[in-house]
Amino acid sequence: MGKVSPAKKTFSLAAIAAGLVLSVIALVMDFTGSTNSMRGTMLIAGVVILLVGLYELPTEKHRMIINIIFLLPLVFSFAVTVLLPFAAGIFYSMTDWNGVSLTKFVGLSNYINMFKSGEYLYSFVVTFLFTVINMILVNLVAFALALLCTSKLKGRDFFRAAFFLPNLIGGIVLGYVWQFVFNKVLPEFIMDGASMLSDPNLAFVAILIVSCWQYAGYIMMIYITGLQTVPKEVIEASSVDGANAWVTLTKIRIPMIMNTFTVCIFLTLVNSFKQFDLNFALTAGAPARIMGDNIYQATEFLALNIYNTAIGRNQYAAGQAKAVVFFVILAVVSLTQVTISKKKEVEL
Amino acid sequence: MSAKVRTIICTILGIIFAVYTLSPFYLVIVNAAKVSADIVTSPISLPKNWGQMLTNLNGVINNQNFSYWSSFANSLFITVVSLILLAVTSGMAAWVLCRNKTKWSNVIFMLFVSSMVIPFQVVMLPLVSTFRDVGNFVGIQMMQSYKGIIFAYLGFGGAMSVFILHGFVKGIPYELEEAAWIDGCSPEGTFFRIIFPLLKPVEVTVLILNGLWIWNDYLLPSLMLGLNGKIKTLPVAVTSFVGSYVKQWDLILGAAFLAMIPIVILFLFAQKQIMAGMVEGAIK
Repeated sequence: MGKVSPAKKTFSLAAIAAGLVLSVIALVMDFTGSTNSMRGTMLIAGVVILLVGLYELPTEKHRMIINIIFLLPLVFSFAVTVLLPFAAGIFYSMTDWNGVSLTKFVGLSNYINMFKSGEYLYSFVVTFLFTVINMILVNLVAFALALLCTSKLKGRDFFRAAFFLPNLIGGIVLGYVWQFVFNKVLPEFIMDGASMLSDPNLAFVAILIVSCWQYAGYIMMIYITGLQTVPKEVIEASSVDGANAWVTLTKIRIPMIMNTFTVCIFLTLVNSFKQFDLNFALTAGAPARIMGDNIYQATEFLALNIYNTAIGRNQYAAGQAKAVVFFVILAVVSLTQVTISKKKEVEL
Repeated sequence: MSAKVRTIICTILGIIFAVYTLSPFYLVIVNAAKVSADIVTSPISLPKNWGQMLTNLNGVINNQNFSYWSSFANSLFITVVSLILLAVTSGMAAWVLCRNKTKWSNVIFMLFVSSMVIPFQVVMLPLVSTFRDVGNFVGIQMMQSYKGIIFAYLGFGGAMSVFILHGFVKGIPYELEEAAWIDGCSPEGTFFRIIFPLLKPVEVTVLILNGLWIWNDYLLPSLMLGLNGKIKTLPVAVTSFVGSYVKQWDLILGAAFLAMIPIVILFLFAQKQIMAGMVEGAIK
């Protein structure tokens, strides 16, 4: 370390002191219930001045101070936006929270009521069906498109870009566009002028169609990347040995990109399960389905069900409990994926 | 079957799929250029008069539920500022977490990685109340403000960005940093002069993944900015517009057209990078 100028040291110590004083005053104002509009600015300014002081401080621990300053912005925002609400959310799910305040702890009763309600169980089953069917459909279409786009056809780049395009537009906007397609365009040709979206089963199919349309191009690109890793020599060798295209595909290309299949399958599983935007904009859960004495929202998937419970019906604690279950399911799926990939790595 | 025939069959299949994939975009464009009555009678035909599009779009742009230019500017501002902050802060964090092998940096990194499983739904309700309460307590307006939503995007986008960058930093030879250190370069100088420029290719992936997500995101802005608040992003503006003009398809499709246009133009210019970036993000 070179010589330290005393002026620099004085400056940094003064900044540290000033920063501390400013932030402490701001915090004292917070805790004493002051409504002074400057206290927020004071707090931010105080922390910034304090950090500048620490940064300028000539010390052997400079590296450590830099580490902390470098980590602080992201870790702080992560803690406030993800960790804190996550912990609070698990707690709220066991209370009678109404979005603003809570009066008592109710244990697991939100969870018990949830699994007793037919509307939730219905949404659970529909989401499960959608997730599985959509996963299969998207992967089949995407893989077929990937084969098409890696074969010898003219204008490959154009086709790839065209198939990929829907994935760039948000589900909200696409949902409204397809609502138009199903309500105004398709009835001209099929179903005697009735809209698919007004039939409980066909509305479900409609979401599948749009979801597959939007998502297949993205998964296709992942398959293309996988297929390109299969060495050309291997394929040439097999054709020399007299293998036809089908045998090359099933015996060589598919086994060689099993990892890509794992990635794509889990990616589509998780994303189908989390489907919200399209569901919200295309059907918003409608139409109604009558089962016995009960009326359910035919296409209300879990993510939308959570939203409607909390924000639509103002049952925040119940919605939060559903969200916690939603998280647990996703966590189990992700853990399964990690286990499978680890096992594969060992085998390789 | 000769190779030539196969190529032709593949091309025909490709064209059929491409027509199907692009048809909704066609429908948006042609119907955004028709008057209401024409949409009802012939939704798939070409418009009689393309000039009608300007009239429709003008009506939509100046509509106060949609107010296109201001929503567009809001979306752009929020996305760009969030992206700049994310790129820099996640680069800094990934570097520290990768090079500083202590128990704490391990714990923080594991927290980031495991948090990637957390779906937005499980934090959205407490997030709103936390932001409101903390904001009121310390006197910093977090709801319905740019800084609040940008801060939230930093928190939500950070985990994945750090994860992607962390993997890349590992591959940068440590000798580079040692050499700089011996030459008298400070740690912050080492990062900004040597490491950060090397991160460029992965930062592009981070920017694309986060950019598309933030630009198209609906739930977070709808909860934090409100459906009819002062600040609206494009997806929120489209929803609020559709809500107030139910079934007026000439207007709704005009709004959809305007909402799609920026990203389609961007895609035309940066196709390769966008597609490669999104695939890389998925594989990692």
